Amino acid sequence: MEYFIQQLINGITLGGMYALIALGYTMVYGVIQLINFAHGEFFAAGGYVGAIALGYFSGIGYMETHPVICLTASFAMAMAYCAYLAVGVEKIAYKPLRKESRLAALLSALGMSIFLSNGLMLTQGVYDKIYPSELFQGRFDFGMVTISYLQIMIVSLTACLLVGLNLLVFKTKIGMAMRATAQDKTMSALVAIGSNRIISLTFAIGAGLACAAGIMYGLYYGSVRYDMGFVPGIKAFAAAVLGGIGNITGAMLGGLIIGMVEIFGAGYISGEYKDVFAFIILIGVLYFKPNGIMGENIDDTRV
Amino acid sequence: MIQEFKKVWKQYTIGMLWLLGLLWPLLGIHSDGTMTFQTTFTVWTYILAGSFVCLMIYVIKGSGSLKFVADPVSRAAGNIKTTSTALPTWIWLAAGLIVALIYPQFADRYGTDVAISVLLYICLGLGLNVVVGLAGMLDLGYIAFYGVGAYTYAILNTVYGLGFWVCLPLSALTACIAGCIVGYPTLRMRGDYLAIVTLGFGEIIRIILNNWMELTNGPNGILGIKSIGIFLPVFENGFTFEHFWMKKLQLFYYFALGLAIVAAICVHRLNFSRVGRAWESIREDETAAELMGVNTFIYKLLAYAIGAIFAGLAGAFFAARMRFVSPESFTFLESAMVLCMVVLGGMGSIPGIILGVAALIALPEVFRQFESYRMLIFGATMVIMMLFRPAGLIPAKRVGTRSEEKEG
Repeated sequence: MEYFIQQLINGITLGGMYALIALGYTMVYGVIQLINFAHGEFFAAGGYVGAIALGYFSGIGYMETHPVICLTASFAMAMAYCAYLAVGVEKIAYKPLRKESRLAALLSALGMSIFLSNGLMLTQGVYDKIYPSELFQGRFDFGMVTISYLQIMIVSLTACLLVGLNLLVFKTKIGMAMRATAQDKTMSALVAIGSNRIISLTFAIGAGLACAAGIMYGLYYGSVRYDMGFVPGIKAFAAAVLGGIGNITGAMLGGLIIGMVEIFGAGYISGEYKDVFAFIILIGVLYFKPNGIMGENIDDTRV
Repeated sequence: MIQEFKKVWKQYTIGMLWLLGLLWPLLGIHSDGTMTFQTTFTVWTYILAGSFVCLMIYVIKGSGSLKFVADPVSRAAGNIKTTSTALPTWIWLAAGLIVALIYPQFADRYGTDVAISVLLYICLGLGLNVVVGLAGMLDLGYIAFYGVGAYTYAILNTVYGLGFWVCLPLSALTACIAGCIVGYPTLRMRGDYLAIVTLGFGEIIRIILNNWMELTNGPNGILGIKSIGIFLPVFENGFTFEHFWMKKLQLFYYFALGLAIVAAICVHRLNFSRVGRAWESIREDETAAELMGVNTFIYKLLAYAIGAIFAGLAGAFFAARMRFVSPESFTFLESAMVLCMVVLGGMGSIPGIILGVAALIALPEVFRQFESYRMLIFGATMVIMMLFRPAGLIPAKRVGTRSEEKEG
């Protein structure tokens, strides 16, 4: 039983990260119907920039004196960086192909993904980049179950981001504009919503969330690698599909489910095949229920 | 005209400033708490200079100032084209074949080795071309079938001691079965879902190869695979056949050449057959194809199976040549590389794919010192090709004539 609860906690932690990445896929798909293959690279870039920022702060010695400020600043800087990257990538590789065939856009996205991950490799080196590990050393012990401070931080930050995104999309004017663009670009242009701007914004928000997930991943596992965006990217895509692509709530739920399945599968079935479970879910969902559990593109929740 | 120039340069300036902002945090902030600008600026200046030259050429060409160069070049190209169409195709083919046949006599060991790689990738690229170029389905897990073919030969040879010539059709068969298994559930999906599911299947197969210790020896791979055995006539003591293990690189080269030629002929014949037309109709509009009575399911499955067969054949040859297989040879990047070759050369066009493979295998060998930039350039190539020349370097010739072509 203790083992089960422990795994549940680990699953929620991991699932939260997948949910954050999956949101980027689902939002971009909702707005321009493109699977953004390079999204996993935003996640990896976020992890790297977070590591660079944290490393810089500990280098100049602020880390010991103001850890919370440093962490917040690192998150903010990295998320801004990824948003900046994503907006540029969209303008270069996707915008000119919006009217072309889907195969062209997909191949362009794939090329961009390879380009970005190799760009990271060339600038940062092939070896793992270590995260400063002195943060969040403590943990709570409840008998056999332990929760580290880091896990609490990750889960609460994820929850904050998800709630914030929901508020943004469903309660503000910008969110309304995003939903309108997702439903009908021509019509929303007629009511003076600049679709280009909204698409850029969607990419920026998605990349920012993926970047937060990247930093959490780095903190949780202790290091980042240039090619780490690939597998979590596909798993997060599986999560987005599981929840019904284009559906924000679905992506959050799907991410949690994929994280749980991976952790429980690794714990109870086989650790070596843990990556396979997410792929099997992906294939199974697409085969039996292609609209996902929450349904695809329901009018109001679609972004 | 001036307006257009302004637009181009404005975009260029914004793009370059964007790049500078992108590079600096990665290159300029160090973990010892220092910030530098030197490296960033150097790298940025190189990129700036390179892209500036490209853009200059593009702009000058667009304005027509390069007419004195462009005109003779295009006239020469036109002349070559008329000559090439004037001569029958078989002369060109024969010339190409003769060059290919005598090539190993003049090339050294290294040159032959590169040529074998090129031929192997031509076989793979043509197989992928059936799926992506002819039937229009993006397959990102293609290399898995190559792996299945290679492992089939490796296991049958090391465990059961079967020879290469028995295993070659068996490898094709297992790859074909794997193709059908992957294809069957995925064929109902739309284009972009299909891509990601095939990617998932490819990864599953790789993970299985990596973890099934009893069968595949896991990440250590399988060692000690026998080479290709052949019977050669020997004229000492009368006339007998003797069994040789293929050791000489030339023999491998000729085998690979045969494989590539067979693949090219098969794909060419398929392209211009009833099956090829069915694939084309599926690629252009699946619903319309189904309405016209094309059994889309069977034809899509067939495309998968045929693509997988070529990959299986290439895989068996790869195992026999390397005499070692390990899961590391069958990663996603390999799939992406083959796809990049097909895209660069032109989807659906056989000479295009041969050119694409030659460019992407031989050029990195020439520019050996830029080895680490290889995948970066592959990625950039894919994006640039999609932006500026989506049909590839040598666009495919379409079957028959179309209404829009007649009008224009």
